[in-house]
Amino acid sequence: MNLDDLTIKRALTLLSKGEITSKDLTLACLDRIKRFDPEVKAFLYVNEEWALAQAEASDKRRKDKKERSLEGIPLSIKDNILIRDHPTTCASRILANYIAPYDATVIERLKEAGAVFLGKTNMDEFAMGSSTENSAFFPTKNPWDLERVPGGSSGGSAVAVALRMGLGSLGSDTGGSIRQPAAFCGVVGMKPTYGLVSRYGLVAFASSLDQIGPFGLNVEDTAILLQIIAGEDHKDSTSCPIKNLDFVNFLEQNSQRSFRVGLPKEYFTGDLHPEVQRALEKCIDILKKKHTLKEISLPHTKYAIATYYIIAPAEASSNLARYDGVKYGFRAECKNLIELYKKSRSQGFGKEVKRRIMLGTYALSAGYYDAYYLKASKVRTLIKQDFEEAFKEVDLILAPTTPTPPFKLGEKISDPLQMYLSDIFTIPVNLAGLPCISLPVGLTEDSLPIGAQIIGPAFKDDLVLASAYSLEKELSLKLLPSILINQS
Amino acid sequence: MEFEAVIGLEVHAQLSTRSKLFCSCNTTFGSSPNMQVCPICTGQPGVLPVINKKAVEYAITLALALGCKINLQSVMARKHYFYPDLPKNYQISQYDQPLAEEGEVEIEINGKKKKIGLTRIHLEEDAGKLIHDEKKPFSYVDFNRTGVPLLEIVSKPEISSPEEAVAYLKTLRSIVRYLGICDGNMEEGSLRCDANVSVRPKGSKDFGTKVELKNMNSFKHVEKALAYEIKRQVGLLLEGKEIIQETRLYDEATQTTHPMRGKEEAHDYCYFPDPDLIEVIIDRSLLEELRAKIPELPLRRKERFEREYSLSSYEAGILTEEKTLADFFEDTMKLYSNPKAISNFLLTEVLRYLNRDRIDISQSKLVPHHLAELLDLVERDVISITLAKQQIFPEVYERGVSPKSVIEEKGLIQESSEELLRKACEEVLAENPGEVARYKEGKKGLLGFFVGQVMKKTQGKANPKVVNKILIELLEK
Repeated sequence: MNLDDLTIKRALTLLSKGEITSKDLTLACLDRIKRFDPEVKAFLYVNEEWALAQAEASDKRRKDKKERSLEGIPLSIKDNILIRDHPTTCASRILANYIAPYDATVIERLKEAGAVFLGKTNMDEFAMGSSTENSAFFPTKNPWDLERVPGGSSGGSAVAVALRMGLGSLGSDTGGSIRQPAAFCGVVGMKPTYGLVSRYGLVAFASSLDQIGPFGLNVEDTAILLQIIAGEDHKDSTSCPIKNLDFVNFLEQNSQRSFRVGLPKEYFTGDLHPEVQRALEKCIDILKKKHTLKEISLPHTKYAIATYYIIAPAEASSNLARYDGVKYGFRAECKNLIELYKKSRSQGFGKEVKRRIMLGTYALSAGYYDAYYLKASKVRTLIKQDFEEAFKEVDLILAPTTPTPPFKLGEKISDPLQMYLSDIFTIPVNLAGLPCISLPVGLTEDSLPIGAQIIGPAFKDDLVLASAYSLEKELSLKLLPSILINQS
Repeated sequence: MEFEAVIGLEVHAQLSTRSKLFCSCNTTFGSSPNMQVCPICTGQPGVLPVINKKAVEYAITLALALGCKINLQSVMARKHYFYPDLPKNYQISQYDQPLAEEGEVEIEINGKKKKIGLTRIHLEEDAGKLIHDEKKPFSYVDFNRTGVPLLEIVSKPEISSPEEAVAYLKTLRSIVRYLGICDGNMEEGSLRCDANVSVRPKGSKDFGTKVELKNMNSFKHVEKALAYEIKRQVGLLLEGKEIIQETRLYDEATQTTHPMRGKEEAHDYCYFPDPDLIEVIIDRSLLEELRAKIPELPLRRKERFEREYSLSSYEAGILTEEKTLADFFEDTMKLYSNPKAISNFLLTEVLRYLNRDRIDISQSKLVPHHLAELLDLVERDVISITLAKQQIFPEVYERGVSPKSVIEEKGLIQESSEELLRKACEEVLAENPGEVARYKEGKKGLLGFFVGQVMKKTQGKANPKVVNKILIELLEK
């Protein structure tokens, strides 16, 4: 079976025609994992027996005419989303032995839709990072160039989709953690509007920013996955009561629509890497034919990173307090309670996680709260208002996903600030809670993928998808990571 | 120099909702450790809290009953500290935007009323419990209580004696029970109290250094701990020593307070609004709906009982402390209109049995129409009050049967026939010649003895009034 350009949509057709079974498909994906994962290290956990059992159960349902909307499709899941009775480590030593006692809401929904889970994908520890180098276990490598990072924090999921080790994946995006690796790996990744997808069962990093989202080979697959996982959940107080979501049909129905597209001047500056600049210009030229393009301004963009690095660590310092060695997870050898806390956390958390816990605790301390957290919350409101203003003039916003193409492993790991800057274009969207999709728009001369992101107003996820769908068609790129080309 | 105490109380009332504040776990007290837990209340990775609407309603109900200003928009905040009984290592509480502010609790001591002002009422989750076994090098944690809803009710420093503090607590307890939002059980910890105490020269406007008192598990502890602490502080001041601002624990065994060890004081709780919870928004219509359901509160009801039923302050006080008892009284009143008789019977016989069984009247088998029937039978001289108390009421109380059926069963109708009773009286006098002689020598007190003997002879059925009359006739002859 050739998985290289097998989309979820196509696989569903083949399955329903009886040309393939879910077991065939699952075996093919497992085979890919066996061949490529030793090189790219996208997975933290693969359970072949479990995957095949799910596939067989799915084939039986199909035989019994009880198939559901995603019947038999093999997926991978980022390792910060809980699947009952299987490990969830967040790529952290502190949860290395943790077995999830319940299903995340998105997992419940995927199970109900008939999906098959292959395993859990690598990530930056607790989703803190932009390269998947912060995994406590091993870094993941970019399939377009094994010396480069796949981006992060959902690097494993992006790589898994790029190499068809599963037809789709779920990641989480707090400051770009879906979009940036999607851009670096040449796949589509979407961060939905905050509140569209339930966060129940997503290990919290920064609760007011975290959002689960899908990875797909193309926009339509991404829409298919989003369709299943989106929607109100009574277990998540911040989930929104949006009814009658139909992203998939909306795509086709609106593919001819013309939009007013804003180009934020703060994103298109001289600092942009020339190859990214070139790819975006090409994109703009294509868009011009059908859509109205307009320069806009998001004046508070320059404060986004500073704001994010107050709010996200503050929330993280609180969310990660529960990992203390008392109830579950890693517990260090200790003589008393204080030692239990100190040693378990010192040994259990990695450097970047500790850095953010310290930053966040500081920002929330009595006497500093007003100057840091409260101030950052106010700036966040301004950033949100920037977008609201912009969306009075335009329907959507186009911007580069990342300022540079994929960087090299080790290049930024010792310089946290440089690493933080790689999320400069993705972070404002999380602060504003908006829907945003990243799709591949070209390759560098060295054949490294470049992504662009389309940002929409809150809960206009359908519009974001539809515009990306039409841009994708017009670009009609054929993208195959070098590792796949070399093998054939 | 004379000193006065300045006391503020911080009361934690466990709300009697069926489920916890942020998950659907059961809240029943006393089940085996860790049987009432789920991923949410044990702080598993990835869980999210969803607020229990009933708990919010209970909180508003109390706030309305105490005349608080309700904040239609309030914020749940995280309060951070590491402790094994706190699974998330933060407690979801409220900080700068609580559910309710101001309000007051009106207390009465020896007929004098006083209003104790409130600072705030807020909603928060309870922590679990550590269980220590001296023989083992570790401790156990029980998360059953983790996440049970609590109301924190903070008074202004307007309490000036241990007696007032106890009166405040008892009133608050009575009110939460009237509202049906908390069972007020101090031993089980459904009502807990910490105190801030300072002393100052009488009449002074400045506050002294305050000491926080913890670990007081009954009204008696509160009273004793405060009394000890005030004495201790005054003693220090008189010796010219300084009072240290600290947290002290009450020690039941020695009835003293001693400083709590550790760095409890240095906490920075790093409060911030919980991003997992949206603001608590209260609809005005909900306020009105809840306000309409608030019953007449204990102190108002007591005043009305005194006025309407001519009861003493003491009687009305006890009758109205529990809503169920007060309701029982008034339900009985509808069937039998002698308030004094009902009150007497309730306060003696009925309460004795209820206290013995440690239950509330609503949990007993006694119903108003049985009590009304019993008292009516006594009034109409069908049975004596003695018979009613000793032979009939126990059956009515234990079995839930009507007094008339007990009388029939036992053949206990009061004997008032002079003819029959005269015979019994004559027999008793004949059987006790010595006592008769002494009576005649002036020992008039022996009359009671003779009455008792007649009652015994008639199995308690004799009408004591008639017996009295006959005996006097026979003895004075």
